[in-house]
Amino acid sequence: MKERITLNHGSGGRQTNELIRNLFASRFGMNEPLTDSAVLKKPEAALVFTTDAYVVDPVFFPGGNIGKLSVCGTVNDLAVSGARPEHIACSFIIEEGFPLDDLISIVDSMADEAARAGVRIVTGDTKVVGKGKCDKIFITTSGTGVIEKGREHIGSGSRVRAGDRLIINGPVGNHSIAVLGARNNLSFSTPVLSDCASLNHLTACIIDKCSDIHFMRDLTRGGLAGVLNELAGMTGRGITINESAVPVDEPVRGVCEMLGFDPLTLANEGKLLIVASARAEKEILRRLKSDPLGRDSTVIGEITESDKNMVILKTSSGGSRILDMPSGEQLPRIC
Amino acid sequence: MMLMKYIDEYRDRDLIMKLAGRITASARHDYIFMEVCGGHTAAIHRFGIPALLPENIRLISGPGCPVCVTGTDFIDKTVAYSEMDDVIIATFGDLIRVPGSSSSLEKQKASGADIRIVFSALDALGIARTEKEKKVIFPGIGFETTAPGTAVTIRQALHERIENFFVLSAHKVMPPAMEAIVKEGTSINGFICPGHVAAVTGSSIFRFLPEKYGLGCVVTGFEPTDLLQAILMLIEQVNGKDPKVEIQYRRAVTAGGNPLAQKNIREVFVPSDAYWRGFGTIPASGLTPGRNYDRFDAEISMPVKVQYHEENEICICSEILRGLKNPCDCPLFADICSPENPVGACMVSGEGACSTWYRYKRER
Amino acid sequence: MCLSIPVRIISIEGNMAEVSAGGTIFRAGMQMVEDARPGDYVLLHAGFAIQKISAEEAEETLRLLREINDADEVH
Repeated sequence: MKERITLNHGSGGRQTNELIRNLFASRFGMNEPLTDSAVLKKPEAALVFTTDAYVVDPVFFPGGNIGKLSVCGTVNDLAVSGARPEHIACSFIIEEGFPLDDLISIVDSMADEAARAGVRIVTGDTKVVGKGKCDKIFITTSGTGVIEKGREHIGSGSRVRAGDRLIINGPVGNHSIAVLGARNNLSFSTPVLSDCASLNHLTACIIDKCSDIHFMRDLTRGGLAGVLNELAGMTGRGITINESAVPVDEPVRGVCEMLGFDPLTLANEGKLLIVASARAEKEILRRLKSDPLGRDSTVIGEITESDKNMVILKTSSGGSRILDMPSGEQLPRIC
Repeated sequence: MMLMKYIDEYRDRDLIMKLAGRITASARHDYIFMEVCGGHTAAIHRFGIPALLPENIRLISGPGCPVCVTGTDFIDKTVAYSEMDDVIIATFGDLIRVPGSSSSLEKQKASGADIRIVFSALDALGIARTEKEKKVIFPGIGFETTAPGTAVTIRQALHERIENFFVLSAHKVMPPAMEAIVKEGTSINGFICPGHVAAVTGSSIFRFLPEKYGLGCVVTGFEPTDLLQAILMLIEQVNGKDPKVEIQYRRAVTAGGNPLAQKNIREVFVPSDAYWRGFGTIPASGLTPGRNYDRFDAEISMPVKVQYHEENEICICSEILRGLKNPCDCPLFADICSPENPVGACMVSGEGACSTWYRYKRER
Repeated sequence: MCLSIPVRIISIEGNMAEVSAGGTIFRAGMQMVEDARPGDYVLLHAGFAIQKISAEEAEETLRLLREINDADEVH
């Protein structure tokens, strides 16, 4: 019979201890003695700190799982601020009855992704709740990173100015469509994989041009349209995007045309927006394209003098329209 | 980027620009054209068509959005069903956020009702097949494009002797509403007719427009060149005082349409009087399961009573649906009424006139 | 209305077909379209094929469009 997580695993006794030692500590490379807190060396530059909770249905999807997502997401929040991610804390809330094999897969994914990103998972916590009290498994990760002087403007966009170029590192919408396809209730199957990936090596290869990088943000929920509207709101600038310049994979387009979704509003987990001065465009693109996660990098638009606080989309048919902040979950339509 | 066949060729930018130029050269008078298809409303604004047309051509939206023209009591009934313990509502996503008089399916779902989004009536039947102890209710919205699918599904349910599948039908047919708009006189010069409805019904259902009312119509596809080509065809009809039914969307539409689809509608449904927001009850404009299939009609097998509520008095959805006013004429537009907090159905539906205006046309 | 796009038939089994929209596979009820074969294009709406796309008419429409524009340039 399949082994499952029980309330005993979360009660703090022998089973909790065994789970922590044999699974979490061993996979995450935590050494004995296991302490309640991790002691970190004081960084030489400023400390960057972030946290995020991960709830995804289904827990396993093409291209990843909730574990991989929880590491990538926090690494990316640190990386796009201009920081070098270093340490991760993770806490699990697991529903009674969750298969142990699935938990092992998830933890293995986290360990693999942490190794790939070059970060260490240094502390964590596990709780188990009764059946029905949470949806299978929720993971929260917090992360610290270090940011060199002269890079703090990247997160706030304070240096964004008219004429700056907007660059993304590849096609949008893949994560959303992969997850939707895996849910099985909209009767489609798609070859699309989630783009879930740690972007810190990608940002590292351009970060020394930081005086030309005026803003970075990863495109998660709300998609490209969400981040663009946030940027316009934060900076008070106008933004123009060329619809035909935004890469969208064909199977993603197929789903969007069929169900009435706008790919610009779909969630991503391995894409970022970079706003850079025009003079650095060529060099930044060259460096991005030399990394596997940046191969399809392209300029999609620019910051403008006019239309302040707004995002204008130049459509591929030659017209233009306002690209609004997406509101609510995209629902599939038949009309 | 790879092209999607039969879609991208009709989005060719050069063709669009040249068509726009040709339209401007041919538009000698003032023209008002009405489209009666939510899909057209959405496409016109998504592709920025109005900006490509000269000032003397005005495009207005009619009652073409199935969600928008459906009365509040339909949502209220669906909400009432959702409150029953043994009921699953399997619905198209379009209905989830539509406000009823006191709740919506989205709010019901948040309160624990079993409401599931499906892409096809067949999926709803599939849920009934597996969840035998529950009653599955499928709210059927849509025009002649969607009704045949519901009919096929009901026939399938009969064939398999499935006892726990029901349809709450709000299916409607287009021509009676179009006639209601024009019969008391109109300033509309011609109709952009719904291409997917016509793929099923055939273009001949629109013949009454030129024959009885002297109005031209062009059955149109949904890509930018389709819309522009249709507008050009309508201009030429008006210029030549030659109203007729023409098919622009020839790759999918014929005069006779799809006989098999029509046969399914006739087999399962009978015409009924239906309430259209903005028009009141229009005779023979709705589709209801006929006698042989009435056990699949939720209203017959599981009747439910809802209270009549006055529609919000300030909301001018009804005038917008008749093409008499624009969304920006409404005092609630983009103020109290927005996609996040819709007052009327025209704002909720992804292709309602108000929602489309809000997303694409707000003043810079 | 309604959201419907041309999709390519990949395979047909009984009353149901697998159809491709840009590489994503949907299931389509074929009860209303006869004589369709893998490789044909149909309009998919709410899980049903509602009509076949005529390749000849599609090409003819494009030809007409290109012609209208070319005639313009003669002026």
